[in-house]
Amino acid sequence: MITMKINGVEVKAEEGWTVLETAKFYGLEIPTLCHHEGLTPYGACRLCLVEIGEGPRAKLVSSCTYPAEEGLVVHTDTKRVVQARRMMIELMLSVAPYSKVIQDLASRFGVTRMRFKIRNEECILCGLCVRMCEEQMDGKAIGFQNRGYQRKISTPFDIRSEECRLCGGCIYICPACQLRCQGPQAETAICNACLTMEPTCLDFYDELQCWMYDAGRCGTCVREKKA
Amino acid sequence: MKKIKKFKNLEELKKAIDQQEASRKREKKKIIVVSSGTCGQARGSLKVIDALKKAIREEGLKDQVAIRITGCHGFCEAEPNIIIYPDRIFYQKLTPPDVRTIVKETLVEGRVVEKFLHRDPLTRERAWYENEIPFYQKQKRIVLGDNVFVDPTSLLEYLAIGGFRPFIKAVTKMKPDEIIQTVKQSGLRGRGGAGFPTGVKWEATRRAAGNPKYIICNGDEGDPGAYMDRSVLEGNPYRVLEGMMIGALAIGAREGYLYVRDEYPLAVRHVTMAIDHLYQAGLLGDNILGTDFSFDLHIAKGAGAFVCGEETALIASIEGRVGEPRQRPPFPAQKGLWRKPTCINNVETWANVPLIILNGADWFSSIGTSGSKGTKIFSLVGKINNTGLVEVPMGITLREIIYDIGGGIPDGKAFKAVQTGGPSGGCLPASMLDQIIDYESLTAAGSIMGSGGMIVMDEKTCMVDVAKYFLNFLRDESCGKCISCREGTQRMWEIVSAITEGQGKPGDLELLEELALATKEASMCGLGQTAANPVLSTLRYFRDEYEAHIYEKRCPAGVCKSLIRYAVIPEKCTGCEACKRACPTGAIQGTRKDVHLILYDKCIKCGACLEACRFEAIEAQRDEAITIVKEVKP
Ligand SMILES: Cc1cc2nc3c(=O)[nH]c(=O)nc-3n(C[C@H](O)[C@H](O)[C@H](O)COP(=O)(O)O)c2cc1C
Ligand code: SF4
Ligand code: SF4
Ligand code: SF4
Ligand code: SF4
Ligand code: SF4
Ligand code: FES
Ligand code: FES
Repeated sequence: MITMKINGVEVKAEEGWTVLETAKFYGLEIPTLCHHEGLTPYGACRLCLVEIGEGPRAKLVSSCTYPAEEGLVVHTDTKRVVQARRMMIELMLSVAPYSKVIQDLASRFGVTRMRFKIRNEECILCGLCVRMCEEQMDGKAIGFQNRGYQRKISTPFDIRSEECRLCGGCIYICPACQLRCQGPQAETAICNACLTMEPTCLDFYDELQCWMYDAGRCGTCVREKKA
Repeated sequence: MKKIKKFKNLEELKKAIDQQEASRKREKKKIIVVSSGTCGQARGSLKVIDALKKAIREEGLKDQVAIRITGCHGFCEAEPNIIIYPDRIFYQKLTPPDVRTIVKETLVEGRVVEKFLHRDPLTRERAWYENEIPFYQKQKRIVLGDNVFVDPTSLLEYLAIGGFRPFIKAVTKMKPDEIIQTVKQSGLRGRGGAGFPTGVKWEATRRAAGNPKYIICNGDEGDPGAYMDRSVLEGNPYRVLEGMMIGALAIGAREGYLYVRDEYPLAVRHVTMAIDHLYQAGLLGDNILGTDFSFDLHIAKGAGAFVCGEETALIASIEGRVGEPRQRPPFPAQKGLWRKPTCINNVETWANVPLIILNGADWFSSIGTSGSKGTKIFSLVGKINNTGLVEVPMGITLREIIYDIGGGIPDGKAFKAVQTGGPSGGCLPASMLDQIIDYESLTAAGSIMGSGGMIVMDEKTCMVDVAKYFLNFLRDESCGKCISCREGTQRMWEIVSAITEGQGKPGDLELLEELALATKEASMCGLGQTAANPVLSTLRYFRDEYEAHIYEKRCPAGVCKSLIRYAVIPEKCTGCEACKRACPTGAIQGTRKDVHLILYDKCIKCGACLEACRFEAIEAQRDEAITIVKEVKP
């Protein structure tokens, strides 16, 4: 057992737990976005930042990737944490302004202005889809390409991947997509669940970035434009 | 290639070292040392070598003169150069015909040829001997110095300077804990950037649970303009390998990797050859020289991404995964390569190890400041007279490096700033010139030691433009995982770019500061955590320049194209027509001996005329038109 302190409270963690897992176990909430139980922690969205250590050596780390350590002192909501977190939300929103998930975060954390030029990419590169595909769907159909500001999610050679089974897992988990769909139950079945919900993500194929390179086939996110 | 003799045991190796050292002492021949690293070769050292060989043959001096082709000596400005031993006469910037003259004059007649001697850029004085050259005088070349004495492709030459004596000492006389203790006491800190105490890292790896253990040499060196690790690997590869062997012995590793970037072909060649020689000589492999120490060494070639120099990304890349940093802890010392305890050190760090073992911790810690011991190699580039690699004791001031060693700023221009620490370092102004160099003081000043890049800038440099340049590098080289680093650098670059284009607005600097802070605080690895330094340091020391761009739409240094126009100063123009010939668009009018004129609608602001004019009659002026346009726009 590892003993540490979160927000002044002594807590115990099991070997191998992260700070986030420990906090959750004690019912202490830390906002997350790129983290998902059942997927490997990645640390991309930096929303789950917490402050560790004390005095001049205190610093911010992502709690979803930081391991619980003996004697660690953690604060989940210091001014420093909140300021950085707000900036992360503002940055995410500047590239995925149509995401309800991120808009909700903005309201929750008091992000009320947008100071960057909007560049709608409908993706915050959180990597959930990549991990979902590889770790849960055994697909490895999509991945990151390039680095830095040119980074994007795509299939090898940007063409429809043979590895993709159209399971829809990637879309299900994506925080930048508004709708979630369980996907068709069987090969023959048509899901269409999303058609019962209003509004769907998009009315046009044109603006859609479909990782399956087969926009509309699974029907999770697009609805035909009504004549 | 000659086959290397296998040493059966430590005794034989010791004997060979004694022999080599003795025969070097007895050497009666004059030795001509030719510096032929990557930079020397680029400047024609190979042709100089051919010419030398030919001239020596023709003059019949073969029995009296020998040539030693070595790695780089660090004085890039003077390449290709030779040093004639035993006198140490230093001739620089040579071409093949020069070499013939030298062989005739100096080697046959015994006269020094003045015109090939080095001339100090400030005093204009000629230096006869290598040790009289100001560039070398204030340096302390404990690591680089030996490059002059060894042919990097020859194991015997390395033995001739006492190579492998430290290893013999470590393996016969020291217990692993003693080696670690010595390195700890010496105060050696990592030369790869962060300055972590090397002995502490070794100890942590040794104590960490898990087997086997690995060691890695980090030779990724992705900073633009930095080449100190390259010159060590090229010029003295055995030194680095010996350091690794001693490290492996202390840590209890039996396998190591030397990660070197593929863009360094000569370094790759020399290191590969050296490893090969060590296997042949029985100095690598199982039960080395009959001891129970076994060690295998592999080369891993890096594909050249800056971020792959970060230790966890480098490990991922050796394992064949994407070179992306991951969360530390666990640190490599706990879970590194193949999730086993791994000690990773920089090239220069490893190269210091044999010296510390041989000369003792006290010798090493007598050099430097209280917190930073030993020397550091910097690559001194930019607006500086003596470009090159300089190795200086910690605690030296920036002023000494720039003026005494570097010979000051060319063309009589004024010093403006020096950027230390690579792309994510900071820019320090003239008021910081008396700042001493060690890990803590550089950090306190808003910069970092980094791996040793040092770029000097003169008064004609725009600091906003400099910040833009580094941000552009970083937004490209960030691995892109963390939103803070990826979007942080991108957005900072956007804001700074807009400022240089005259689109800056009130509030930009505050946003920039806020963003810089968030990037620094929220990012996972060292790249993001330091990516804001170029912005923060220029804002700290040159805020007025940002403000001039934003509020007055003026670039004080006359660099930002959107904010300037070029104009001829009538009083200074002699009508020489040089500018007219240089102008690619025919924007300059004027006849010989008359004052020339620039037509603004044709001028593309390339700056060619400014460069061409020898009378400083062309000036980058504030472009009033810009302000007006911007004010009209809503
Ligand atoms: C973005 C980034 C790039 C780096 N590049 C290098 C490099 O090129 N060479 C190097 O030795 N260390 C580099 N480092 C530092 C390494 O992560 C590591 O700290 C170092 O190799 C450890 O060796 P040392 O303790 O001997 O310095 C880099 C770090 C970061 C964050
Ligand atoms: S739909 Fe295709 S790309 Fe998406 S998770 Fe499933 S297999 Fe992977
Ligand atoms: S597509 Fe969605 S899940 Fe995938 S990286 Fe982008 S935001 Fe994350
Ligand atoms: S800080 Fe930058 S380089 Fe480092 S892991 Fe994050 S995105 Fe990659
Ligand atoms: S180069 Fe200079 S001096 Fe000569 S004509 Fe042009 S402005 Fe005049
Ligand atoms: S800046 Fe270039 S285009 Fe303009 S006048 Fe000078 S040389 Fe010609
Ligand atoms: S949830 Fe931890 S970084 Fe995204
Ligand atoms: S002299 Fe060695 S790199 Fe220039």
